[in-house]
Amino acid sequence: MFNDKLFKYSLFFFSILMLLILAIIFFTLLDGSMLAIKNNGFSFLYSSIWNPVMDEYGALPFLSGTLITSFLSLIICIPFALVVAILLGEYYKKGIFSTALNTAIELLAGIPSIIYGFWGLFFFVPIMRQIQMRVNVPPFGVGIITASIILTIMIIPYAASIAREIINMVPSDLKEAAYSLGATRLEIVKNIILPHSFSGIFAGILLALGRALGETMAVTMVIGNANIIPKSFFSPGNTMASLIANEFAEAAQNIHLSSLVQIGLLLFLVTAIINIIGQKVLQKFKY
Amino acid sequence: MTDYQFNKRILLDKIFKYLLILMATIILIPLFLILYFLFSKGIQALNWNFFYKMPAAMGDLGGGIANAIVGTIILILTASIIAIPIGILVGIFLAEYKDLKLSYWVKISCEILQGTPSIVIGIVAWSWIVKPMGIFSAFSGGIALALMMLPIIIRSVEETIKLIPLNLKEASLSLGVPYYKTILKVILPTGLSSIISGILLSISRIAGETAPLIFTASGNPFMSTNLFRPIESMPLLIFRYASSPFPNLHNIAWGASFSLVMFILILNLISKGVSKKWKIKY
Repeated sequence: MFNDKLFKYSLFFFSILMLLILAIIFFTLLDGSMLAIKNNGFSFLYSSIWNPVMDEYGALPFLSGTLITSFLSLIICIPFALVVAILLGEYYKKGIFSTALNTAIELLAGIPSIIYGFWGLFFFVPIMRQIQMRVNVPPFGVGIITASIILTIMIIPYAASIAREIINMVPSDLKEAAYSLGATRLEIVKNIILPHSFSGIFAGILLALGRALGETMAVTMVIGNANIIPKSFFSPGNTMASLIANEFAEAAQNIHLSSLVQIGLLLFLVTAIINIIGQKVLQKFKY
Repeated sequence: MTDYQFNKRILLDKIFKYLLILMATIILIPLFLILYFLFSKGIQALNWNFFYKMPAAMGDLGGGIANAIVGTIILILTASIIAIPIGILVGIFLAEYKDLKLSYWVKISCEILQGTPSIVIGIVAWSWIVKPMGIFSAFSGGIALALMMLPIIIRSVEETIKLIPLNLKEASLSLGVPYYKTILKVILPTGLSSIISGILLSISRIAGETAPLIFTASGNPFMSTNLFRPIESMPLLIFRYASSPFPNLHNIAWGASFSLVMFILILNLISKGVSKKWKIKY
């Protein structure tokens, strides 16, 4: 029948389109950054001078800024995400406490990143400034550590929800066997739940890292946007994503635009690889 | 086992539990602080003028965000019109042809697209539309948001359809109903509530997106409903006003933040309500 065939073809057509979209995204970014790749060469990756006026484009300050903020926030995030996952997956599966914590985590996940940035700028930055005056470092307020903490708050819900799903999947006969042998809950968490769900939790953390690498608005507003390699946790810096957000709309020369697209391409490739690995590990977990 | 060891184990267990609860409460602190700020500063800024007046001229007090509200609605509508049909079709495909190699790859590409940083999506929409047309436009912003909505819709449709029992489809086919009618008139309506809730969820995800709009929709201090001109949106307005040095603008940004978060929360609540009230039952 004609309609049937049409329907099936359109299903196939749009699915192939989905594949194509991703390929086109990649080639768009590649095409846009061709000029910069030819012009900057490999010094793009190790030069630390970003000076559009002099046509010097080295991305090292932003690479280091992105890596430092992401990993710092990941390290702070891991214990908290684990705590939430263990509480919701093992201790309080139902009841008021679980509903409250769940709602709170969902709320945190639902708040747009621009509002984290806004709040960070007006509440958290002044607090950081006070702290920095106490410990005798230049009181910028904005900087690597401020951005990392805001990032942490933003990625906790994501990492926690994946880790919780994984913890929920630990077979209950394993846990029951341990209980019947007289194990306490702590021992069960330590000896059964965590080892059993290790790879899944790892994948969740990896996916959270992908989020942190690409997070733009909140970071842009609190990192200080200084195109230098950060010297300490308190110093201002810049990340790849926030550099694009700041300079893209105002970039005048083609080569400047192209260099920014090249940073976008780098970001795209890194997050794509992280996502593929993370999803692969998670899929194995779900058989 | 001596009594002492036993007590120690139980004690450790108790300590561990309270430590967990303590750390969970620490996570809630920033949430309460953000909500407190939004409520205390946001509600002050709200009044009737706020929603239907245009922004005041530079230096004037007062003014509203009518153009940003209209802009956000237009952007969401544009994105939805593009993303919903495609998302539903691809979702059906993934559920119906789950054993094909192609669906495996489509799934992976959805996951990559979902993980792609929003700022990169912005660059892509810029290169596709703004660069050739030579002007920032609402349409390019809509495309960027649609790219971000797609993976969420696809996944929710796919999961919904996979849950619907096979005998429903078999019964319809055995009555001689053509395949496309079976899918569109039997399978989709059965899962309609979950699909709608998935769509609402995807809208709530993109409503606050700023990064992909900076160099696509770009912002506009005037009321505009033209798809091919720059347009204002609430997140963009918050970004610009928050970075400005004027307390008056900060106030407006707080009001806009409060309204935006409320909008997202209400969407989330409706989405939950829809999926709970009309849960798929057999």
